[in-house]
Amino acid sequence: MAMIKVRDVVTAFGNRIIHDKLNLTVKKGEIYGLLGPSGCGKTTLLREMVMLQPFQSGSIEVLGKKVESLREREAQWLRRHWGVLFQFGALFSSLTIAENIALPLQEYAQLSPAMIEEIVAFKLSIVGLKQSDASLYPSEISGGMKKKAGLARALAMDPTLLFLDEPTSGLDPISAREFDALILKLRDMLGLTVVMVTHDLSSIYDTLDRVAIIDEKKIVYEGSLDDIASVQSEFVQTFFKERL
Amino acid sequence: MKKSFNIEAEKSALLLRFSGEINLHDISRYEKKLSAFDSSAFTHLSIDLSDVPYLDTAAAIFLYNIKHSFSHATITQICENDNILATLHLVEENMRSYRPHQDENRISFSERVGKIFYEYYSGFIAFIEFFGRLFTSNLRLFTSWRYIRFKEIAFEINESAIKALGIVALTSFLIGLVIAYQSAYQLKLYGANIYIVDMLGISIFRELAPVITAIVIAGRSGSAFTAQIGSMKITQELDAMRTMGFEPFAFLVLPRIIALMITMPILIFVADIMAIFGGMIVANVDLSISPELFIDRLSRVVAAKHFFVGIFKGPFFAFLIATIGIYRGFAVKDDTQSIGFNTTKSVVEAIFAVIVCDALFSIAFTNLGI
Repeated sequence: MAMIKVRDVVTAFGNRIIHDKLNLTVKKGEIYGLLGPSGCGKTTLLREMVMLQPFQSGSIEVLGKKVESLREREAQWLRRHWGVLFQFGALFSSLTIAENIALPLQEYAQLSPAMIEEIVAFKLSIVGLKQSDASLYPSEISGGMKKKAGLARALAMDPTLLFLDEPTSGLDPISAREFDALILKLRDMLGLTVVMVTHDLSSIYDTLDRVAIIDEKKIVYEGSLDDIASVQSEFVQTFFKERL
Repeated sequence: MKKSFNIEAEKSALLLRFSGEINLHDISRYEKKLSAFDSSAFTHLSIDLSDVPYLDTAAAIFLYNIKHSFSHATITQICENDNILATLHLVEENMRSYRPHQDENRISFSERVGKIFYEYYSGFIAFIEFFGRLFTSNLRLFTSWRYIRFKEIAFEINESAIKALGIVALTSFLIGLVIAYQSAYQLKLYGANIYIVDMLGISIFRELAPVITAIVIAGRSGSAFTAQIGSMKITQELDAMRTMGFEPFAFLVLPRIIALMITMPILIFVADIMAIFGGMIVANVDLSISPELFIDRLSRVVAAKHFFVGIFKGPFFAFLIATIGIYRGFAVKDDTQSIGFNTTKSVVEAIFAVIVCDALFSIAFTNLGI
């Protein structure tokens, strides 16, 4: 089943065309990577999928709903079924870690405070944060912890679809590999579908099932990493040089 | 599949039968249903999940809690779905170390009062420290012209004065108009029409124009200083400047203070003109005093010292507004709410400081006979 279908999407900032008719499909249960050189519009495409940015033409279908023509109620439904982790966590700085994670639970579900506290403790535990970190503010924790807390917040409502924007950038190699393992574990256990933008070669080979490579405004390749050597693209040839 | 949750109690055995998907929206309902039963009364618990196709982690935590509260009883669980078992296992593993949060001891009244006063005290000390640094970096300015950043000063003059001319002019024009209009009625009663010139001249030159200008500038530039410097602090721009050897005091603080001190007297001068102009219009319309007569009397009865007293206050007000605005900017902590909090504080404190300063001047000038 296709979780996300991108069809003929064109994006332009003023006269500058970023995407020229992109097509890709994300299937259920896979970890899908958006790759490409800096400035090719990977993050822009991700932002278009989560309705943060409009695009000029084409269509993006997420969980069976076309995001370019959604009613507000359907859009809210969609927003409750995905989780987004931003590059720098984007935690609410005036709330503690625990309050950040509890926020969607308080707003969207009728749960007792004790239950919310337990769910928060569980989410903290699966992303590898300690219970004592819960009462800290985002300004008091490190960049890696912010990412983990951001992931815990994205997972708060048990989404079916998870968007990750450069999840391992800025993490030390050990934490980055732990993060990869965590993503794989969560996918297997919670049946998540994950779409991520990444530059991290180890994480590309360790976690991704399929990739889309955006280069020169087009998708130059979509598929598994096994056949990537055949792609005629300067980006692919230099980026994957060591592994080909 | 339809969602349902049935509870069957048989002597000392309790059977919980779930069917349909369980997610976090169902939990509070199920919890309420289950709370009617006392767990200590049962020695056997069976949980039937055979009709459940999916449960989310919140539901798994709910089941974990049920099992926990029945820890004295024997528990059997019917479930063949591997995904559900994996989720339950995941929750069990992660919740084992969980301890409910203990409420921190309530703070006593005296402790709270103490804390508030200590905060004020340390805030005051921080302000004194800021002042000290301000003056020491001011001293450096006298050692060499090189330290004066003319470009930044010119930029700030444009930002906080030239662009403020319109609003200052309009506000003072209206104030002049209103004051004249209110007093015209009273003066007419006594036939003392011509004294409106004396009244307006002294009140506007000495007090109204400087204070009104200061209030407008405090609201406009003081708040801008706080927000600018505060957000630079959050984005670590200040740290970047320090590591590159650009002293924020020289780059950010002094240009703003100097710019405001230069421009405040000019703004007050504009305010004087506009307020008098407003008064003149009312005098002409309401009291039939021609502009020529108004100007003539103004130059005869209102001594120039009143005008200079008002202008003289300008740099002092400017200094207060700029230092408080900038100090509040540096006081911003690493969260977004603190910008709003400090901006409000900066405006309120700046206006208060301006009024206190004005009162002190008033006493001083009266005693000096000026």
